[in-house]
Amino acid sequence: MTAARPADRPRAAAPVRLGKDLLALEPLSSEQIQLVLDTAEPFKEISERAIKKVPTLRGQTVVNLFFEASTRTRISFEFAEKRMSADTVSIAASGSSVQKGETLVDTARNLEAMRIDMVVVRHGSSGAAQFLAERIESNVVNAGDGTHEHPTQGLLDLLTLRDHFGSLTGRRVCIVGDVLHSRVARSNVWGLKKMGAEVGVCAPRSLLPNAIDELGVEVFDRVEAAIEWAEALNVLRLQLERMQAGYIPSLREYNRVFGVTRERLDRAPRDVLILHPGPMNRGVEIDSDVADGPHSVILDQVTNGVAVRMAVLYLLAGGRPELAEAAKGGAS
Amino acid sequence: MADEIVELNAGIDRLLIVGIQRRGVQIAERLVRAIQASEGVAVPLGALDITLYRDDLQTVGPRPVVGPTTLPVDIDGRRVVIVDDVLYTGRTVRAALDELADFGRPSRIALAVLVDRGGRELPIHADVVGRRIDLAPGGGRIDVLVEELDGRDAVVVVPSGGDAGAPDGDAP
Repeated sequence: MTAARPADRPRAAAPVRLGKDLLALEPLSSEQIQLVLDTAEPFKEISERAIKKVPTLRGQTVVNLFFEASTRTRISFEFAEKRMSADTVSIAASGSSVQKGETLVDTARNLEAMRIDMVVVRHGSSGAAQFLAERIESNVVNAGDGTHEHPTQGLLDLLTLRDHFGSLTGRRVCIVGDVLHSRVARSNVWGLKKMGAEVGVCAPRSLLPNAIDELGVEVFDRVEAAIEWAEALNVLRLQLERMQAGYIPSLREYNRVFGVTRERLDRAPRDVLILHPGPMNRGVEIDSDVADGPHSVILDQVTNGVAVRMAVLYLLAGGRPELAEAAKGGAS
Repeated sequence: MADEIVELNAGIDRLLIVGIQRRGVQIAERLVRAIQASEGVAVPLGALDITLYRDDLQTVGPRPVVGPTTLPVDIDGRRVVIVDDVLYTGRTVRAALDELADFGRPSRIALAVLVDRGGRELPIHADVVGRRIDLAPGGGRIDVLVEELDGRDAVVVVPSGGDAGAPDGDAP
């Protein structure tokens, strides 16, 4: 294992790092996002092996702290952690001391007292991951905080789009659905724009943030116009409780006006790639024959989710440069 | 080297050549071409990235770039030859052996390197060596250049202190 870098190769620019935590895509540079996507690429193969495991995070303890219900994201993180050989514990808010009134920070500090290395946190309040990251030593990965961001979902969407398009530069991607309440939408907008894609949003005005124009995205009031413009649609789940809250008059009407249907896609000038972060409300925001159709990459997103999360764990965990400096003398 | 590999394995039956990322892969490719020229058969070629099996991941600074691992055939019962550019501490080979064990149980694993520079830190030796260059541990670095990646083929000895595009935390 020599340092076999050729002598006449130009010195590489300062290496890109991810930092201690992954809290959001907004503060990341395009190089950092690129690093995660490029790292995720070889991790895909690990899940295809007979023994789906590498020893990289052996001996590291990761706690999945889920204060909100989640199936896909939590299991995806758990698989990623286990395939990297980390020891993992998953805690749901129900049935834990959180129900007894313990605060987020106290919960995390107690976990740290048991010598953990990383926390993956899902919380109903925007900013919870950041709040935690500022108060504990462990690496923090945001698995969704309120209506703020869901960075690993954004990254896996980017990876899935990149798999299909090769490069994201200049690609037109439209987010359809409840942008107002969606952390997935926010992570997507930031990630896509940083990677050079053109971003559109399409939703009833009641489900768009007031300042949507300031984000520099195309706004479509009609889903037909969005479909005509876009090369890929990221269809968001319409949370059923939004209807009770009066944002939309009825689910049937939402489907009639904003539903992504086969008939609408058939009129598109090109094939449109279909993404959905799940869980789907079939027959509301997306019709079954679209979700299961030939241009749907919804299950590819799920597969890529594990690879992206493995990449994030790999990039955040360990790697203590001060030890590397000390070891440099006789090492290379 | 190609002839030695064929001799070592008493032919090319169930042979699999596996290059270690990165420059071991190019050298492995050439060995496969040489074997094809002499034996008339294309031996399967794989690539192994051992980054995730390194024993120093907790201490290296920025995370090393992970390359693809591709093994085109089931390795169970195969005669596997691991190919790398430079053999030094032996830690890369240790990692490669561990990684291969996660893929299956070859009937035999051999090691072929272009350059053996001494300085082993583990009980590992090469079966096929292109060239032996004795260099004291810490006494500089040996860079293998391959045309595919570097524009030319060369083995360059970089004396310690000499630093022309040195690796940044690339390998121990």
